[in-house]
Amino acid sequence: MEVGQMQRRLVDYTKSLFMEGFLDAQFLQLQQLQDESNPDFVVEVVSLFFDDSEKLLNDLTMALDQPSVDFKKVDAHVHQLKGSSSSIGAQRVKNACIAFRSFCEEQNIDATLRCLQQVKQEYYLVKNKLETMLRLEQQIVAAGGSIPMIELGF
Amino acid sequence: MNVSSVKGSMSISSSTSTWKAGDTISDQFPAGLRVLVVDDDPTCLMILEKMLIACLYKVTKCNRAETALSKLRENKNGYDIVLSDVHMPDMDGFKLLEHIGLEMDLPVIMMSADDGKQVVMKGVTHGACDYLIKPVRIEALKNIWQHVVRKRKNEWKEFEQSGSVEEGDRQPKQSDDADYSSSANEGNWKGSKKRKDEEEETDERDDTSTLKKPRVVWSVELHQQFVAAVNQLGIDKAVPKKILELMNVPGLTRENVASHLQKYRLYLRRLSGVSQHQSNLSTIISAQDPTFGSLSSLSGLDLQTLAATGQLPAQSLARLQAAGLGRATAKSGIPITLVDQRNIFSFENPKLRFGEGQQQHMTNKQQVNLLHGIPTTMEPKQLVSLRHAAQSIGNMNMQVPPHGAQNSQNNPLLMQMGQQQQQSRGQILVDSTINHAPRLSSSMGQPILSNGIATNVSSRNGIPENIRAPGYSQTPSMLNFPVNHASELPGNSFALGSTPGVSILTSKGAFQEDVNSEIKGSGGLMPSYDVFNDLNQHKPQSWELQNVGMAFDTSQHSNSLQGNLDLTQSALGQQGFSSGQMNGHNRSAAVANKAMFSTGDVKELGSAQNVNQHLNNLLVDNTIRIKSERVCDTSPANIFPDHFGQDDLMSALLKQQESVASSENEFDFDGYSMNNIPV
Repeated sequence: MEVGQMQRRLVDYTKSLFMEGFLDAQFLQLQQLQDESNPDFVVEVVSLFFDDSEKLLNDLTMALDQPSVDFKKVDAHVHQLKGSSSSIGAQRVKNACIAFRSFCEEQNIDATLRCLQQVKQEYYLVKNKLETMLRLEQQIVAAGGSIPMIELGF
Repeated sequence: MNVSSVKGSMSISSSTSTWKAGDTISDQFPAGLRVLVVDDDPTCLMILEKMLIACLYKVTKCNRAETALSKLRENKNGYDIVLSDVHMPDMDGFKLLEHIGLEMDLPVIMMSADDGKQVVMKGVTHGACDYLIKPVRIEALKNIWQHVVRKRKNEWKEFEQSGSVEEGDRQPKQSDDADYSSSANEGNWKGSKKRKDEEEETDERDDTSTLKKPRVVWSVELHQQFVAAVNQLGIDKAVPKKILELMNVPGLTRENVASHLQKYRLYLRRLSGVSQHQSNLSTIISAQDPTFGSLSSLSGLDLQTLAATGQLPAQSLARLQAAGLGRATAKSGIPITLVDQRNIFSFENPKLRFGEGQQQHMTNKQQVNLLHGIPTTMEPKQLVSLRHAAQSIGNMNMQVPPHGAQNSQNNPLLMQMGQQQQQSRGQILVDSTINHAPRLSSSMGQPILSNGIATNVSSRNGIPENIRAPGYSQTPSMLNFPVNHASELPGNSFALGSTPGVSILTSKGAFQEDVNSEIKGSGGLMPSYDVFNDLNQHKPQSWELQNVGMAFDTSQHSNSLQGNLDLTQSALGQQGFSSGQMNGHNRSAAVANKAMFSTGDVKELGSAQNVNQHLNNLLVDNTIRIKSERVCDTSPANIFPDHFGQDDLMSALLKQQESVASSENEFDFDGYSMNNIPV
């Protein structure tokens, strides 16, 4: 596939992510932060997000698996996940976290377990999407092309 | 830019202009603003750092609050602004905010994914300059420099307006304190230290002005002044303007005070929960009328501090705070209204110097009248005895919890002290005595305290002992009991019986026992009353222990009014002792008070006159108490079982004290609970 084609694909793909709510404007900000002096910024941050989130999700799973659930702790984890996902721009993950938190307040075990599933699902989805997108970018760069800026009419 | 900068290195580059306070108008402004960003979330931290670098700031990042604090402390002037997350695992963001505000007075911006109104409000009340909701956009970060400029601008303006340094105003304060401290070592130490601090602070101020760095450093000294001013006004009524006026510190702006007050309030709130429980009795004590005005703090400094502490938990808090912040506890110059000295005191205790503690006792003693049987934390037994014992003593003892907890001891003292502080002059004496606690033992040998002198001596001995509240369970009251002193002051608590450890009475076999037994035996009581009356004129305070064992008895009689009683009491080893001594105040505290009282008296005059007067006061108090107690008439003899070895003496005393004794009997010797103590 030639560069131009790849670029077009990338743009479309990225746009769809925004349209579908997987990503929001915050992600754009990250992209804008990337420059020549820091060409891998987005990749670095996203990787960091993945590692951190996975850890949080594990903690959450364990916390909710306890015979006696410590909702404060659960809430703290969720809050953190909410913070990092919002900083990255992973919108759906963030929204799932918001719902999760409200159920934590109610101390509703069933609901929170369901929320956890929801969050995990969203997380893996966005992870997948981001990885695909980043891979596309890499390919473009490898092929000598440049990453096109996404013009989003938000 | 370089990748390295991205990798978290803080210094963006030396080339970037350093952010100087005076450098507001610069082409690169606000480039080079030194930002410290704290966030436990690595993703957020990385993004923020990148953004800040993009704003041309000089960024330092930490993922833990502790690290951030230590960085700030290491380099107080190395940062212009701090960005902190609210929710962090090791320390709450607001707590960090408080610390920074108090220690470094830097503008702090809070961040959080939480946009709830309460949280944002919390940020406001804790003094945050701004609150950013995550995800933080770079546009928001581009504007954070405004907070730095605003703060500096305000400080500058105030600083300039404040005019020349008015050290003179502050000097007197120091000197006053120094006076209070008198010979007390601690006092001196404190006084000098205070002065030194003040000077240093002034210098700081000067330097600051020269450097045009208006940031106010809240040193311990300054903070103490602040706390003193706040206490004077009353924590609720303390407004920055008034505080500023009271503090009268040149170069300090209303804004500085306002922001500091905010932080202080937060501290108080947090600490009040802790200290509440402690103070219950203390109020009682403080309420005592300052008959012995002379009580003024033994060491101006110490007392004040104590008093201050007593006054408000906050005070102690402040002190603690300061201490916690690595500052020496300074003496608060404000008059102390013992409020919850107990509580505060406990906090303070560790910090209190020995001398202080002693002084406190001293003051308390003076307040003999104050403690009309107000049962403070005395042990049950003690309380009973306390009632009997001279009221003055009561003051002292009151606080002392049976366990000789230092704290408790101090508290009473504080209370007393606080009240008397201003007034008691005997302090000095006490102070000195305190220092010479060990001397007591020696003095103990001489049971008698000749009228003024004797008492002094005894009081001294006793007092020091007492004063040492923290460590001395000793029988504060026992001034007269040489035994007490000698034996051990270690008791820490005044409480006569309170602390077993104290064994002040050790020589006698445990003062405590005496105290306790006093109650029961009340035999001691009786004598005390009589003695008191008799001694009115001439026995300033002979608290000598009338204990059987105590040699004092004989000699004491003449001298110590109280002492006699006490002695006997001790001999009896019962509570009676306390009762005896203190006519109204069983507790050792009472004794202590007495001792203090006498001490104070002694000091003041050295002449029996004063002592007598005091004694009279005491007696009066006692008498009053006695009268009330007279209602119940139980033959003293009955009351006091044969604890007292000196039955003869006892009986004689008892007879006299009959009426009194009866009252004693009233007390629930055996199981007396502190509650009984009438306040």
